[in-house]
Amino acid sequence: MDKIPILRLGAYLLVSIQVDLYDRLALTLEADLVQMVNKTGAKGVLIDISAVSIVDSFMGRIIGNIASMSKILDAETVVVGMQPAVAITLIELGLPLKGVHTALDMEKGMNLLKTMIGDSSGEEDQETDPDYDDTIA
Amino acid sequence: MTLSLSKDTIQVTKEQDVVFLKNRVKETAVKIKMGLVNQTRLLTAASELVRNMMRYANGGACIIEVVSSGRANGVRLTFSDSGPGIPDLDAAMRDGFSTGKSLGLGLPGTKRLMNEFNIKSKVGEGTVITIIKWN
Ligand SMILES: Nc1ncnc2c1ncn2[C@@H]1O[C@H](COP(=O)(O)OP(=O)(O)O)[C@@H](O)[C@H]1O
Ligand SMILES: [Mg+2]
Repeated sequence: MDKIPILRLGAYLLVSIQVDLYDRLALTLEADLVQMVNKTGAKGVLIDISAVSIVDSFMGRIIGNIASMSKILDAETVVVGMQPAVAITLIELGLPLKGVHTALDMEKGMNLLKTMIGDSSGEEDQETDPDYDDTIA
Repeated sequence: MTLSLSKDTIQVTKEQDVVFLKNRVKETAVKIKMGLVNQTRLLTAASELVRNMMRYANGGACIIEVVSSGRANGVRLTFSDSGPGIPDLDAAMRDGFSTGKSLGLGLPGTKRLMNEFNIKSKVGEGTVITIIKWN
């Protein structure tokens, strides 16, 4: 059976969906991702859907489920690269993907995740941030 | 007057049929040079209706037609099944109504995405839904 690979990168899980999701594939991805978040304690999930040309209410719901279940496990989800035609269709369908953060591309999505999570790993700005000193003083 | 220029009937009983149907709908839309956003609307609607047909009626058939009306061309899809039928159409057409514990957006959402939407259903006989998207 087909599976969509989930990559782990530090505190993040990255998924790039390269095919149009059919139901079973989407359900497997949902289960796998939630399990991975749980197992790895990931803080952020980035889902690239730039190659996906159709998102109907079933798949929209799965994306929403991934976000809300990850949230319960203390991880944020960002969906990147949604095609404009898909975004328009989802709104008309009546499914504006509430609670799911979106960004234009992987890089912007990653930055958004970092901001939401308040990641300081590998970055110096928190150490040199005067506000940071204040809060621990 | 809406004229039918081509007609293709596809039986849908298993998951591979669903994939096949979606591909045929896409090919038909591309053939008449439907714009990308309308193609996406049409394929999303087809995805909703074929899922309903599989889930609530154990499958059925879909007729794919290229239709013409004056200056416009379009794709007409007719989904018909011999499932249980829908007892309360007004309720089924409401956002959020579902007997399947899902979002209840398939029928009302499809209606919003299409130019024409027609549903007929009879309890114990089945359901026929016809949609048209003009390109
Ligand atoms: N082909 C069908 N045969 C019988 N019942 C159907 C069919 N399509 C839809 N329904 C009924 O209409 C309801 C609404 O359908 P829909 O708007 O697609 O939402 P959902 O599939 O999420 O329930 C379904 O829950 C089901 O009760
Ligand atoms: Mg449905």
